[in-house]
Amino acid sequence: MQSFLEIFDIYLLEAMVNGILLGGVLALLALGLNLIFGVIDVTWICYAELVMIGMYGMYYLVQYYGLPYYVAAPLTILLVAVLGALLHYLVIAPLLGAAPINQLLATGGVLFVLQSFATVAFGIDFRNLGIRLPVLQFAEMHFSYSRLLSFLAALVGMVVIYLFMTRTYTGTAIRAIAQDRQIMALMGVDTKRIYLVTSALGGALAGLAACLLVLQYDVHPFVGLSFGPITFLICVLGGLGNFVGGFVAAFLFAEIISLGGLFSDLEWGYVLAFAFFIIMMFIRPGGLLARRQ
Amino acid sequence: MTLRQLVPWVVGAALIALPFVYRDPYHLHILVLILIWSFAYTSWSMMGRFGLVSLGHGGFMGVGAYVTALLWNHLGISPWIGIPIALVCAGALALIVAYPCFRFRITGHYFALVTLALSGIVLQIITATRDYTGGSLGYTPDRTKGSHLVALQFDDKTTWYLIALGVWGVGLLIWRWVDRSMDRYALEAISEDEDAAAAAGVNVTFEKLKITVISALMTALAGALYCQYQMFISPDTVSGIAVSLQMVFAVVVGGIYVALGPTVGAIITIMLAEGLRIGFGTKAVGWDNLVYGVLLVVFIIFLPKGILGSLLERIKPSSKR
Repeated sequence: MQSFLEIFDIYLLEAMVNGILLGGVLALLALGLNLIFGVIDVTWICYAELVMIGMYGMYYLVQYYGLPYYVAAPLTILLVAVLGALLHYLVIAPLLGAAPINQLLATGGVLFVLQSFATVAFGIDFRNLGIRLPVLQFAEMHFSYSRLLSFLAALVGMVVIYLFMTRTYTGTAIRAIAQDRQIMALMGVDTKRIYLVTSALGGALAGLAACLLVLQYDVHPFVGLSFGPITFLICVLGGLGNFVGGFVAAFLFAEIISLGGLFSDLEWGYVLAFAFFIIMMFIRPGGLLARRQ
Repeated sequence: MTLRQLVPWVVGAALIALPFVYRDPYHLHILVLILIWSFAYTSWSMMGRFGLVSLGHGGFMGVGAYVTALLWNHLGISPWIGIPIALVCAGALALIVAYPCFRFRITGHYFALVTLALSGIVLQIITATRDYTGGSLGYTPDRTKGSHLVALQFDDKTTWYLIALGVWGVGLLIWRWVDRSMDRYALEAISEDEDAAAAAGVNVTFEKLKITVISALMTALAGALYCQYQMFISPDTVSGIAVSLQMVFAVVVGGIYVALGPTVGAIITIMLAEGLRIGFGTKAVGWDNLVYGVLLVVFIIFLPKGILGSLLERIKPSSKR
């Protein structure tokens, strides 16, 4: 037992727990992206930028309009959900018949728009909510309450989505469309409406992630670039559209980043995660949980 | 027909003669930038036109620029040797990433996202090794004390204009060479249907790898040239996702399926950025990207063949490919 503790010293343990906490938020982001991909077969390159807009929404609602956090959060979720629906209506819907890669590039254009809109409208200063949550001390390890709160809220969000998908008519229709998009239209499901609902749902998840991330990180127009690529990698690693795979991959990635960051700079954590991703593409090209063909 | 064959020669001669007649340094600077980026965009569209949408070209460009500059500063290796080494590195990187992708049939979305990871890795590695590369603050190749020719550092714009023009011309020749080779038919067949192409006897993995490596080598060369010309590189200007998307944007606007499309794209994007910068000064920070983004979305929805592609189609509707 003594030798076990020597290997897993207290910092390592702390990094591992922090990795799990980070994984919760990443899993939430991956869930939103996977939902969009699984149902509409489109990758929103600008997903992290929606989160960034949501973070600004939180900042303005809390700092300028003086709303309490728990009032501002639902408003932000609603705002980003509307943005998600708009994105689908304005950009994706006209391109549904085009080559899939065009849809991806169009959302790349939206990424530029959102990023530069934030630069023009909000400036490039780093801003934060000014809410300082206490630090939890447990067995000589330090965890911030904001991380713990994000982790729990992300879990709750995912459970709610799970219940929605399995217990409601709309959720069932969404899952059915993910399986076969042609047949469902013949079965009397309004595909367009389902697409719009799914986009709004994906946006709402981005909004929830924004409410949680704004507790831990400062907002600036390029904040999306710091976790956007990671989210895509998680989704691809888990298999695009595979919810469980995305969940597992999120925690794997978060652990690698957190532990890599412990031994060296945080960037090396990211480099390790990227390298891990490329190696996994050799071994399991169809995603972590894909069946071997 | 003879008149049409004459046009490239006349235009080429006029372009070569230009810096000897017209010497405004600012305008020459813009022209050099346009030529270097046109070359980079052309190299992207070598792959892009066959449906191989890569978002990793920012990575190749970063490798080209940083390897050349690092070899010069730390080991004193002349760019004449450094650039080939950088090209070999970029080619190896392309092979390492592309081979599993093509071998395991990673296409479309997956390919775009895997290559996105590549440009992310290169950006993070450059930032992480900040003791050598200067991190996000950027990096400057040392000014030479000896021969300008050995160091590939020239002070006058005319020399750079001619170098950039030459490289750009070679880029167009490579495009033409691919366009007239059997590889083009093979790659077009692959982009339509991989299984059918393989059944018809096309070596799918090999053809895709070939065009990817060519494209990566050209992009790395563009990165190295940009570094030697600007004498300053930072992770954000030569690598990362923003640069990759910028390439895609310029090519889509100019026209992805025609040889001069990327060049038209480069002219439009650089003029737009410069125009906004001069017109509005520091107030315009962010506006150029805002306009880019809106244009990109509008073009993909309404004019997927790009400006030049649509124009050429309008001019000669009879000679459809």
